[in-house]
Amino acid sequence: MSVPYAKLPGWAEYGLIPLVNLAVAFLISGLVVLIVGESPLEAAYHMVNGAFGRGEYIGFTLYYTTTFIFTGLAVAVAFHCGLFNIGGEGQAYIGGIGVVLACLAFDRTLPWYLVFPIAIVGAAFFGALWAMIPGWLQAKRGSHIVITTIMFNFIAASLMNYLLNRVFKPMGSMSLETRTFDTGGQLPKLDWLMSIFGLSVGSAPFNISFVLALLAAFGVWVLIWRTRLGYEMRTMGHSPAAARYAGIKEAKIIVIAMMISGGLAGMMALNPIMGEQFRMQLDFVQGAGFVGIAVALMGRSHPAGIIPAALLFGMLYQGGAEISFEMPSISRDMIVIIQGLVILFAGALEHMFRPAITRVILGLSPKTRDAAVTKGA
Amino acid sequence: MDVFQVFIELAQSTVRLSTPLILAALAGLFTERAGIFDIGLEGKMLGAAFAAGCVAYISQSVYMGLLAAVLVSVLLSLVHGYASITQRGSQIVSGVAINFVVAGSTVILGEAWFRQGGRTPALSADGRFGTVTLPFADAVRDVPILGPLYSGLLSGHSPLTYLAFLMVPVSWWILYRTRFGLRLRAVGENPGAVDTAGISVIWLRYRGVICCGILCGIAGAYLSLAAGAGFTKGMTAGKGYIALAALIFAKWRPKNILFACLLFGFLDAFAIRYQGYAFPLIGKVPVQLMQALPYILTVILLAGFIGKAIPPKAGGVPYVKER
Repeated sequence: MSVPYAKLPGWAEYGLIPLVNLAVAFLISGLVVLIVGESPLEAAYHMVNGAFGRGEYIGFTLYYTTTFIFTGLAVAVAFHCGLFNIGGEGQAYIGGIGVVLACLAFDRTLPWYLVFPIAIVGAAFFGALWAMIPGWLQAKRGSHIVITTIMFNFIAASLMNYLLNRVFKPMGSMSLETRTFDTGGQLPKLDWLMSIFGLSVGSAPFNISFVLALLAAFGVWVLIWRTRLGYEMRTMGHSPAAARYAGIKEAKIIVIAMMISGGLAGMMALNPIMGEQFRMQLDFVQGAGFVGIAVALMGRSHPAGIIPAALLFGMLYQGGAEISFEMPSISRDMIVIIQGLVILFAGALEHMFRPAITRVILGLSPKTRDAAVTKGA
Repeated sequence: MDVFQVFIELAQSTVRLSTPLILAALAGLFTERAGIFDIGLEGKMLGAAFAAGCVAYISQSVYMGLLAAVLVSVLLSLVHGYASITQRGSQIVSGVAINFVVAGSTVILGEAWFRQGGRTPALSADGRFGTVTLPFADAVRDVPILGPLYSGLLSGHSPLTYLAFLMVPVSWWILYRTRFGLRLRAVGENPGAVDTAGISVIWLRYRGVICCGILCGIAGAYLSLAAGAGFTKGMTAGKGYIALAALIFAKWRPKNILFACLLFGFLDAFAIRYQGYAFPLIGKVPVQLMQALPYILTVILLAGFIGKAIPPKAGGVPYVKER
């Protein structure tokens, strides 16, 4: 497939263009704030202050960041294989089963550092299982992965609703949640990490799964760029025909990529369940699976981009909550708009500003222009 | 209760619940047949329902509400079209984006304008679609069998419901019996051939997208002006996705869309009516299973276990003229 655009230097390709796209998304969000009759600058101030103003706020920001790193990585791994996994939401939800089973079984007998690995395996297993079915259906039966994963989100919601109602809910309880875990099912906070910087984490649920998220990001980098499997996945993503010609087993790679993707999404469940609530509640994912799409698009499916993008969305979630205290007419739904606009401008319209930027940059330096002429034409 | 009476009531609510599905699925039919995948049906419907609720309340006119709904939905469709036709971006990503932007902004704007927790103020009778009583409906009510069928099932729906059912043959006629329809289908299968024939692929696809916007707008207006009395937060509640499922379940054919939507509408009506009811032999069917059934059926169909759903060949692929 020929790329209809001239090649840009790296800083423009991976720095400038995403930033311009992001800036436009924020400008339009600012317009919405104006329409509502508030000051966008004041909103921005409250957002940044609410996200970073205090140790506790930072703790919350990083707590959300943890969640979004997992879901962002999940979407990115599938992207590399040319698959669009919209089902992160459902996979994370189902992943919760693995966490809950581990915690309910062992929280009274084992310490957290033994329950945690079991819960990780459980979360990844159930998430991977939920992604495997659409992956298998795509690979073997040719059903479109986007549609099946959407359907699986709804099926997951119904299934979890049923399980919470009939299986996980303690006898006699009215609310749709499991019992609260004992100490074995509670992850320690990273307050020591924050206190190095002289900050107090306060009541923020910033916990050890943040470290796991960073490890997962590193793992994804190794997988995609340093292993044979990752190479085969990228080949599939670039050109399925070339992959077939090279003897790569298409069906196998699709299923494996989806399982890794689902496993990462499933691990997101550790953060809210073991790190914050110490129980599973109805709809604990709260759209994080969808935020993952925005994070992966913004981070260009590279872990080094996904972590800052996840931080940005962590900031939006935490700061957005603070805005709604200060400015009642801006509820947290504002974040959903920003998220949508980021997906629109960083994803679907990513090439909108490219011709103009290319012209400006190539006009500035004759050297890159010559390079572009030889490469692009 | 009388079995026949139960049947009439179930059928009536099936018709009511499948109306927005039919309209939205037909909307999807027009774009997807033109080669533009659209998972933004949900968002467009929601945006339209919101616009209808706002404008119908302010102007106290149901038709202004309907017009606003169609305008907003067409506008959102054009954004989708611009992203996926002109900018050749990912159609899936663009659809996802539209769903989010609308889900957020309807709540924010609704709250800012009306301060009722994200809903628009309740509409009076002038701001809503009433029900149409077909001629002689009252007179024939007591005729056995046919009477209830006519006055209970066929009569007494909103005009938009009749429009939705009418749109099924109309869409079929447009797609299969007009030059525009032939070209629209061709552009979804082989845009290169259409381009070679000297017809603009881009303009055709934009027209497909606009048709989708109009129908989606009517579907949204139905929700807030006919089924409800005003807009409530997130009132589409996944209907756009069910419509998408119905469209696939129907293998992208108008007649099948009618039956798929009626089936999904029936499942919904059945789930509402028989929640917690113990059936002979099977016992209680969990309501969650009933809710998930449309999605499960669609997955099974997509997997090719009930026939094969083959999407338009060029669907999802942006058209690039040869360079």
